[in-house]
Amino acid sequence: MEHLSPWVIFFASIFTGNILLTYFLGMCSFLSVSSQVKTSLGLGLAVTFVLTVTSALNYVVFDYILEPLHIEYLRYIAFIIVIAAAVQLIEMVIERVSEVLYINLGIFLPLITVNCAILGVSLFMVIRNYSFIQSVMFGLGSGLGWTLAILSMAGIRQRLNEKRIPPALQGAGIALIISGIMAMAFIGFAGMVQIQ
Amino acid sequence: MTPNILTTVFALSGISGLLAVLLVIAERFLANYGECKVTINDDKELIVQGGSTLLTTLGSEKIFLPSACGGRGTCAYCKCKVVEGAGPVLPTEAPMLTPDDVKNNIRLACQVKVKQDFRIEIPEELFNIKEFKSTITSIRDLTYDIKLVRFELDDPNEISFKPGQYIQVYTEPYGDVKESISRAYSIASPHTEKSYIDLMIRLVPDGICTTWVHQHVSEQQRVKLVGPMGDFYVRDGDGEMIMIAGGSGMAPFVPILHDMKNRGVKRKVTYFFGAVSKRDLFYIDEMKALEQELADFTFVPALSEPAPDDNWDGETGLITQPLANYIRERDMSNAHAYLCGSPGMIHACIIILNKYGITEDRIFFDPFS
Repeated sequence: MEHLSPWVIFFASIFTGNILLTYFLGMCSFLSVSSQVKTSLGLGLAVTFVLTVTSALNYVVFDYILEPLHIEYLRYIAFIIVIAAAVQLIEMVIERVSEVLYINLGIFLPLITVNCAILGVSLFMVIRNYSFIQSVMFGLGSGLGWTLAILSMAGIRQRLNEKRIPPALQGAGIALIISGIMAMAFIGFAGMVQIQ
Repeated sequence: MTPNILTTVFALSGISGLLAVLLVIAERFLANYGECKVTINDDKELIVQGGSTLLTTLGSEKIFLPSACGGRGTCAYCKCKVVEGAGPVLPTEAPMLTPDDVKNNIRLACQVKVKQDFRIEIPEELFNIKEFKSTITSIRDLTYDIKLVRFELDDPNEISFKPGQYIQVYTEPYGDVKESISRAYSIASPHTEKSYIDLMIRLVPDGICTTWVHQHVSEQQRVKLVGPMGDFYVRDGDGEMIMIAGGSGMAPFVPILHDMKNRGVKRKVTYFFGAVSKRDLFYIDEMKALEQELADFTFVPALSEPAPDDNWDGETGLITQPLANYIRERDMSNAHAYLCGSPGMIHACIIILNKYGITEDRIFFDPFS
């Protein structure tokens, strides 16, 4: 994969290979924190930050520690430790910058640790053999793609509040249907650029 | 195989250790809010370590805001005005704030965190609440079940309070009571005496604090006090004052009357004091003396069940009787009423007061609870 420009990877991970809508990773917080645009944007930016930082850190950890020592099979646990530390850091940053966002995100902030989109990006980057720059752009792009997805979802859900929805479909039901339709729209782009 | 296991252990511990060090460094910079200045009522300035809630920060500076829920944002007693520094209203305090509160910058002190310089306004009375270390220096029987207990203040050694306010007494564990509890008692000494306070403590059957004071405490006992608190003090006005008390409800009126004497207040005061029989009466001589010293003061004790050998020739019956007889014939349109006693007595008296023209806004009371 040496030949791919980092910019191609960046845009592809936002639009054609959206981590959420084409790979269905990070669905949990996507469904539960997408009721307000403001909070979604906050969580999206937090995820983007964590993704970018962890893809860089995990690249270093994998290439300079795990691979030379031939202990690649430890990548799952090593990646998760790095992710947990990065989340701790972003928690401190958010608490300092915006107490309101901190309380609104509540439990979903520490739960970014177990957001599978983040572990997924680190594992993809290893499988696809990306270089450092490619990995960072992939992380940043995937984060922005995830933010884009949750923001669109929040926008739709805010408008849905005024619509009449059959009682059986209210809440999670309609949210899943919407994400399905959104995913189909994104899969339409999937063939345009191949990054794997 | 062994080297492989060792590599694994060292590699993972190395990664975790490095990240831990990074986090500790980050915490030093990010979670350290440095020293913040809290300005209270544009008067007093506190330099505090930032990062904690306003309630805890003030508490560690020995300024006690009322709080019943322990900082969980559910009782809203710790509301105070934050002029500057608090940032936007938090989702955790929003349910407790009225639109008026939000407009006036009223916040919950237990939710707002001190992260920068603060300017707050709190009522002077709260500002005054302190924790006192005290020593009991005398215990005197007023009646067979009411003791007058004097607490010499050790640290801080002076108190300033408004006549009529109360203070909380913290008991120490005794017998089967394993925990320290606090109970509020009205201060019964003149507010001009700043180095000690007197409390009138009546023995309540099975009362944790009263039993402690009556049966387990002797002179030289060290006691923690927190106060003064409460809004039971004399309001300005020139109409007649009706005072009503029963038993140890006498306490707040002692400093109130003393203060009126000192300031030469000319208001007409009638004080109804209810007791069961003569053995429940106390401070009679002091009250008789005040009738001479105050401009226009009448003390009306009433016994509900005078003993046969009491030779009682004063009012008999519940306190509501003489009270109704008195106010029925007089113009009460300007009068203020002050009540201290059992909730039952207060309730019964308020009905009478309302009936004869003293409205709720001119009735002030302090029920035992």
